[in-house]
Amino acid sequence: MIMRDVAIVGVGLSKFGERWNSGLKELMAEAGIMALEDAKISSHDVEMLYGGTMASGMFTGQEHVAAMMADQLGFKNIPAVRIENACASGGSALRQGYIAVASGIHDIVVVGGVEKMTDVTSGEASTALGGAGDQEWELFQGITFPGLYALMAKRHMHEYGTTEEMLAAVSVKNHANAVKNPFAQFRKAITMDEVLRSKMVSDPLKLLDCSPISDGAAAVVLAPLDKAKKYNDTPIKIVASAQATDTLRLAERDSLTEIKATRIAAQKAYEQAKVQPKDINVVEVHDCFTIAEILALEDLGFYEKGKAGKAVLEGETALNAKLSVNSSGGLKGCGHPVGATGVKQAVEIVWQLRGDAKDRQVKGANLGMTHNVGGSGSTAVVHIYKRAD
Amino acid sequence: MAGIVGYGAYVPIYRIRMEEIAKVWSEDAESIKKGLNIKEKSVPGRDEDAGTIAVEAARKAVKHAAIKPTELGAIYVGSESHPYAVKPTAAMVAQSLETGHKVMAADLEFACKAGTAGMQMVMGLIDSGMINYGMAIGSDTSQGRPGDALEYTASAGGAAFILGKDKRNIIANVIKTLSFTSDTPDFWRREGAGFPSHGGRFTGEPGYFRHVVSATKMMFEETGTKPSDYAYAVFHQPNGKFPTNVAAQLGFETKQIEPGLMTPTIGNTYSGASMIGLAATLDVAKPGQKILVTSFGSGAGSDSFAIEVTENVDAARSRTVPVRTMTEKNKMYIDYSMYLKNRGSITKA
Repeated sequence: MIMRDVAIVGVGLSKFGERWNSGLKELMAEAGIMALEDAKISSHDVEMLYGGTMASGMFTGQEHVAAMMADQLGFKNIPAVRIENACASGGSALRQGYIAVASGIHDIVVVGGVEKMTDVTSGEASTALGGAGDQEWELFQGITFPGLYALMAKRHMHEYGTTEEMLAAVSVKNHANAVKNPFAQFRKAITMDEVLRSKMVSDPLKLLDCSPISDGAAAVVLAPLDKAKKYNDTPIKIVASAQATDTLRLAERDSLTEIKATRIAAQKAYEQAKVQPKDINVVEVHDCFTIAEILALEDLGFYEKGKAGKAVLEGETALNAKLSVNSSGGLKGCGHPVGATGVKQAVEIVWQLRGDAKDRQVKGANLGMTHNVGGSGSTAVVHIYKRAD
Repeated sequence: MAGIVGYGAYVPIYRIRMEEIAKVWSEDAESIKKGLNIKEKSVPGRDEDAGTIAVEAARKAVKHAAIKPTELGAIYVGSESHPYAVKPTAAMVAQSLETGHKVMAADLEFACKAGTAGMQMVMGLIDSGMINYGMAIGSDTSQGRPGDALEYTASAGGAAFILGKDKRNIIANVIKTLSFTSDTPDFWRREGAGFPSHGGRFTGEPGYFRHVVSATKMMFEETGTKPSDYAYAVFHQPNGKFPTNVAAQLGFETKQIEPGLMTPTIGNTYSGASMIGLAATLDVAKPGQKILVTSFGSGAGSDSFAIEVTENVDAARSRTVPVRTMTEKNKMYIDYSMYLKNRGSITKA
């Protein structure tokens, strides 16, 4: 039972991509300052910070990132906490920020997410990301993330007839959306053929089925809904915030073709918001690999198990089709600086609901959702948003 | 200003195909060939090194220039695989050429642009009147770490350029040269290390592209020229793709870089690369045509040259075999085990 409603009154994003000239601090400043200006607040107004980053230590040697963020953004002496939930760090940080404001303990809370992944070799990045799974039973045994999701893809193809073309269609769509997103890493359309002919990474997942290594940051400013208009004319209310965990390792899940944590978090979210899947018009899902988007569409309740692949192939989830999925370009097109992703998803939905998404605008968007997953499904965070006016 | 009076290039006869290397590491040869635009690379013989390659190239250059070796006032050899850390390759080359003892010499290192840096130095000595002719050589038997991406491209070869100031035998004038230099740790090898290390994708935009583009743009500005003023352009070529990309970025057409793009068939000869590319271009260039050359050396920097071919180029051609003829005849394909033996990675106990 929450004490009061929470709104997002400011959002900011850094350009995602290979940011050779920017480190963690510069990226966070880029996104954070944009969010503060959007909310028309100064650093002195902020009471608490939650910062999401998955593996800053392994990627850059920098831990204590929440203190770093607060310092960079000029927040004087406020409490700051780092949240780490693998690739769901950002979404988890958002949920913690939401709880802080909903509880009544803090009014203005900033949630930041950042990751700087390009200063290490791709092998080192793979190892760092592998920590999202079971280190002893997965990473140490030689499997990395493409391998884990490939296992899920293979099973999904076996049980439901999902094809490589359906997987590729996710990537094609997300790139097409990213072309319209000035913050995206890849602003280049790709074809089904290019995806299918790209280098095999872990059968059946090819290079263009996998989200990239990226640098980037995102930030949102949270405020109590009853004070939100002071900061922004179109506050976006968080009408649901839910999170769930499941087994750490893939081998212990009940099913390889469902991310139960997503299903549970989604169910809780729909209950909180008192809405159903069909009411959602725009959603950012966690497409770390193309199969993950197909699983998400099913586990979030938009499609029956086994049916999402065909829907994507037929264009139902394209921009302004039946359900606009990943208008930002998703993790594949926009980029996946791990800790930033969950927060960036919220930024995109806020822009959509405000009507500020320009070329990517989903017409009549009024109920949005974000879905952020950690590892192969050990954590899932789902939020639902609605315009407050 | 000083000009080129002769050149010579040498690439060892051994070749290893991309398929042979890919097979060992269970990689997809087709995607490597496509991604890097490279078919095969040269491999030095067991008894070849950057010094022997430099001598071969130097002898051809002397023949092409039709000068006496004793007329050379200076020799500089640029390499990242000098046979010795201390004992100059240049002195060995000078003695092999029989220049006589009155010659200035030293070795250079600036990754793949050590040879072109030597050209700039020789130009200075000539323009100042200190020497009549000078030779700059870029030669390498670059070390490709087994299993690393660069193993597909690191090859062996070298080129020697003789510069002078006598208009009667200058085949190409150097209108201008300049360099863009920064401290950029894209690729390096510590003293004593067998193989270099590199920053992966960091070697691209912040390394190669930043320096090649910056130096070339500076050249356009200072000479008041644009891409279409040049018949040809030669860029450093670590693979067969980067030069095509940088050419497009700068506004050149693919056909302008084609004669000088050697990497697809011989690999990246490191200090030899831009110079072998220039040699191959001069093999076909006509009097009056301009050539833009921008090399790149990791660490990092780019040397840019605006060159104009003279009437003398045709007469000199009879004294040389074109680079592409030299690299394509007498090729001997070897497998990965022979490659390891040639490279000295495996030796008899």
